[in-house]
Amino acid sequence: MTDDEVATAVLDKDGLDALIAVLVARGRTVVGPTVRDGAIVLAELSDGADLPYGWGVELEAGLYRLRAREDGAAFAHSAGPQSWKTFLHPPRVRQWTALRGADGALVMTADASVPPSYAFLGVRPCDLRAIAIQDRVLTGGMYSDPAYVGRRERAFLVAVECTEPGATCFCVSMGSGPAAGPGYDLALTEVVDGDGHRFLVRAGSAEGESVLAELPARVADAATRTAARDRVAEAADRMGRSMPLVDLQVLMRETLTAERWDDVAARCLTCGNCTMACPTCFCTSVEDVTDLTGDHAERWRHWESCFDRDFSHLPTGPVRDSSHSRYRQWATHKLGTWHDQFGSSGCVGCGRCIVWCPVGIDITEEAHALNREWESGAAEGTR
Amino acid sequence: MPTDARRRPRLAVWKFASCDGCQLTLLDCEDELLALADHLDIAHFLEASSATAPGPYDLSLVEGSVTTAQDVERIHHIRAVSRRLVTIGACATAGGVQALRNYADVAEYQAVVYARPDYVATLATSTPISTHVPVDFELRGCPIDRRQLLEVITAHLAGRTPNVPAHSVCFECKQRGTVCVTVAHGTPCLGPVTHAGCGAVCPTYGRGCYGCFGPSDSTNLPALVPLLHRDGMDTLDVVRVLRTFNAAAPEFDAAARKELER
Repeated sequence: MTDDEVATAVLDKDGLDALIAVLVARGRTVVGPTVRDGAIVLAELSDGADLPYGWGVELEAGLYRLRAREDGAAFAHSAGPQSWKTFLHPPRVRQWTALRGADGALVMTADASVPPSYAFLGVRPCDLRAIAIQDRVLTGGMYSDPAYVGRRERAFLVAVECTEPGATCFCVSMGSGPAAGPGYDLALTEVVDGDGHRFLVRAGSAEGESVLAELPARVADAATRTAARDRVAEAADRMGRSMPLVDLQVLMRETLTAERWDDVAARCLTCGNCTMACPTCFCTSVEDVTDLTGDHAERWRHWESCFDRDFSHLPTGPVRDSSHSRYRQWATHKLGTWHDQFGSSGCVGCGRCIVWCPVGIDITEEAHALNREWESGAAEGTR
Repeated sequence: MPTDARRRPRLAVWKFASCDGCQLTLLDCEDELLALADHLDIAHFLEASSATAPGPYDLSLVEGSVTTAQDVERIHHIRAVSRRLVTIGACATAGGVQALRNYADVAEYQAVVYARPDYVATLATSTPISTHVPVDFELRGCPIDRRQLLEVITAHLAGRTPNVPAHSVCFECKQRGTVCVTVAHGTPCLGPVTHAGCGAVCPTYGRGCYGCFGPSDSTNLPALVPLLHRDGMDTLDVVRVLRTFNAAAPEFDAAARKELER
């Protein structure tokens, strides 16, 4: 759908402040990008002044640095250390509580805490796709995760299209950006030029339209619409990374015995950072805790990682004991078997796993290397 | 479990070569101390009381490393009178700071430090408890973490395995939303090879992990050490950070030796 077919409007910076105020007035916790500890993190915003105006980022494999920008843009940065799963699929969730009564009988209570009502401001197109992927994983199958559903159903998504991709971005390869796909309530495109600092905005839902109606917006002019479209189109040409132009699902299936896995295993720290930073990695484990009296127990669910040696622990020991098998499990699931399981790739091209890997392992570089090895005929896959 | 339904398990706390900090962590459980005393018979804990009761003990917490011939005899006795033996802290688990003697000439040190070195009877090495007797569980840290100590005791009372993950500190940083100090600041950090459990205290306050919980269950030091150099550590710095609290941990020991061969 083009901008001309939907109601579009233009907000200035005051309008963005008003958007936050309206969302707060509607009882929402507004979460968005803000500068903290040398990074642009996702945290609760109290007003527009919390946004990272004038900050960009310099990214490389294993490297992240804040860089001041002269244009004063708020959203001219790519993915930071966290993703929205921190809020929709939190690191720790209490699932139930058990109490032993005076008669010795156990009473178990499912956790019934009211989920927060979030508004996410600044969801990049790659992350919009990531949320759709987690929707499929956590709600789309035979079993639906109530903790996720409660948070997801209440969430209001304000997408911001990407005009400043990072050196580690490859959303074009994964078909997830830099223009916003479906799923947003409002979508913004930031434009800073001689005509001022403004945001082209369009609604993607009834609630989005209703919020937009409360904002001090003006009808979108042709110049702003054109500038916004051009910025996003230019961003598509400035991706810092790309995947090989092959069917990645087939590539993963055909290179299971490639020598490249040994090469990456020698570099991999198995520290788990990639999976925690990844916006689609969803694995969890549960632990039961008791107190000293033994009369009170709780079950907690927490993020897990296929890089954790204990993650595949069975009575005879870990199934995936080596870093070779753990990295291969992660990459082949993300790019390959995710299709079989959930009908899409598990990768959205946000580049977080590349940036936040301390040793800078680059999933696109690994895919290219596997492809070269496959093409040279050196690797024979096991089917 | 109601405490009157059965005999209270008997707890003993033992000290070897150590600074007492890990035992103090038990006394530091202020809010839980009364409940602890309700559910455990604290039979031997010299840091807290000079009144002791003889074994056998259901749970022995052992702090410190083995550095004397008497220590060797004593740990065998403690093992014999303990149903379950848990080491607490870096000394008991990996030799502690005093394992630096393993890389030096102890006789020379004695001659320099003591007016009458002949009064000192010590072994040439500082070794973990597990070098001498079978250990049921090792709790990491210098000092140990209060919550993890309570978890070990609580799990023992409930007859379950303690929830003490052996993965890297990075898991704790990412789960609590701490920005990676290596990637974002260029700060050298041992987090990717260090055993979790502290809750990522140091990175959360902007400094690099210095490995006081010892190696995780899946380390790759040859991949990490070049990053430490890139971020400003020289050979001496790397050897020092690996040979501080857990010098005798095999993974750190091997990496320090390799570093010295550079």
